[in-house]
Amino acid sequence: MNKPYSNFNATLAIAKASFRSILRSPSAVIFTLLFPLIFILVFGFIGGGGITVDLGVAKGSDVNNPIYKALQGSGVIHLVTNETAEQMNKDLAKGHLDAILNITKNATSWPVYAPLQGKPQSPPFTVNVQYTSASQEKGKILNSLVSGILFKMNAAMAKNAPPALAELKETTVTVRAYKTIDFILPGQLGFSLLSTGVFGTAFVFLSLRQTLVIKRFFATPVKRYSIVVGEALARITFALIGAAFILLIGRFAFGFTLIHGFVTFINMLILSFIGVVVFMGFGFTVSGIAKNESTVPPIANLVTLPQFLLSGTFFSITVFPTWLQPICKVLPLTFLNDAMRQVAFEGANLWDVSHQLFYLLLWGIGIYAVAVKAFKWE
Amino acid sequence: MAKQPIITVNNLVKNYGDFNAVKDISFEVYEGEIFGLLGPNGAGKTTTLEIIETLRDKTSGTITVDGFDIEKDAASIKKRIGVQLQAAGYYPNLNLSELIELFSGLYGVNKTPMEMLEKVALTDKAKAKYKELSGGQKQRFSIATTLINDPRIIFLDEPTTGLDPQARRNLWDLIKEIRDSGTTVVITTHYMDEAEILCDRVAFVDGGRIIDIDTPDNFIDKLVATGFERKKEVKLANLEDVFINLTGKEWREG
Repeated sequence: MNKPYSNFNATLAIAKASFRSILRSPSAVIFTLLFPLIFILVFGFIGGGGITVDLGVAKGSDVNNPIYKALQGSGVIHLVTNETAEQMNKDLAKGHLDAILNITKNATSWPVYAPLQGKPQSPPFTVNVQYTSASQEKGKILNSLVSGILFKMNAAMAKNAPPALAELKETTVTVRAYKTIDFILPGQLGFSLLSTGVFGTAFVFLSLRQTLVIKRFFATPVKRYSIVVGEALARITFALIGAAFILLIGRFAFGFTLIHGFVTFINMLILSFIGVVVFMGFGFTVSGIAKNESTVPPIANLVTLPQFLLSGTFFSITVFPTWLQPICKVLPLTFLNDAMRQVAFEGANLWDVSHQLFYLLLWGIGIYAVAVKAFKWE
Repeated sequence: MAKQPIITVNNLVKNYGDFNAVKDISFEVYEGEIFGLLGPNGAGKTTTLEIIETLRDKTSGTITVDGFDIEKDAASIKKRIGVQLQAAGYYPNLNLSELIELFSGLYGVNKTPMEMLEKVALTDKAKAKYKELSGGQKQRFSIATTLINDPRIIFLDEPTTGLDPQARRNLWDLIKEIRDSGTTVVITTHYMDEAEILCDRVAFVDGGRIIDIDTPDNFIDKLVATGFERKKEVKLANLEDVFINLTGKEWREG
């Protein structure tokens, strides 16, 4: 009775209770771990590490020629051979096929006899490619691929003759492969931190307020800040364990790039910490604004959903129209996702992403200023 | 018994905007007694309790609890009192042991969950969640949390509302035990039979004022002395006695 009261111990008692409660709350586990992992899984598999072009092969096309073999072996082309001409045309119109290929053998085939100099010859094969306006990007990829193959083969055929105009010498610089997972995982990690921070915090403080748990706490000697700090400690711990889990699964199951290994892993956790602290500010604000449990999801979604879509979680924000991009670029999750991608893949240290951290800090200051006003104890 | 006041309330006023919830209330609670605040809903009982419990600000008046001024020493008061709120919940997803552990941390005391649960006969529910308990068990658990800091005074706000007769009697026994072990009890209730059996003294509160304070016996004697008589002839037993007689006294867990 006479030993001095310890706010530190009271804070830890709350943190412990809260952490136990979070672990047993299905929604926390689902939002923080399950959803991000499912997205990583889905995108990890459908991504497959690059672009494929769906190329229909017309019935009657010659397939026993080096051009076709080269396309087959390119790794980028997915050849569709089992469709009728009618089906193919339909699919082409819809963009299900990116192009239709038809290679025809010309009457004068000469691979047996070398062509005589000066004698007008038509080439042995004609490659017809039908593109579609429904898939222009992939059409271009196919175009450059086919041109490249033809160029090489034509050059090989005429290897004894000097090049007509110029000789092309190509070299490729070997870089680390930027895999789909390298883009998707930081986005999903950011999303996990955002949901934990916003939904978790908003729900727990609203429910503690409504069920008079906080009021009962106030009847004990505990200080108000202990309640907030204790809750925050538990949620941050949980979020960081979730982040570590996502990073490790990404690293070992999907080959996520952590460029400097353990150092990068720790830097990612530090970024996660900063992220979740900022996002919890939104959670505190939502818990203050929401009148009851059913108004939490709409208000919280108003915070999370736009960021989920616009912050480069699933795809780069460069795909958005230019008028939207400035908005995308100032969202807190965008800064966090940016920083995470730079740290994980490009090997940036925390100082290199200080620009992003500075803006996250600004968001943090802003939202906590609002949270202090909006937060309700009872 | 030397009547030593442990709570002194003087001229307490509480206004919510234009509404005067408590209008100039004064009373004393003596050490070691069960003191009842009786009155209809909205009479100001809960407001008065919550002000004494340091949960609500007063508009004016002075209150001393166990020698401490409520304005200057709220922290010391909180360490000396145990509070059971009307309709309060507990931290979600935790079992009773874990909740006791939490409250031990909040009060800064070392109590094992089992020794607290033993006081209210809930050791077999140590691993159960609060919401899985019956009404009577919930109230007993609430009382256990009020006893964690060995308080000088506990406040119980309508602890028996909604309980069946067995659970109610069981709780009365528990509250008397707590009083007998030296803790002062302040209780609110709507049930006059309960107040009559349980309380050493009662205050009638209505419309934010205290109408009168005395022992239940004296109140009844005073009323009888005015010539009041019950309309119905008083029998030696009432219907609740019949209920208990027919269904047994042992307390049900259901």
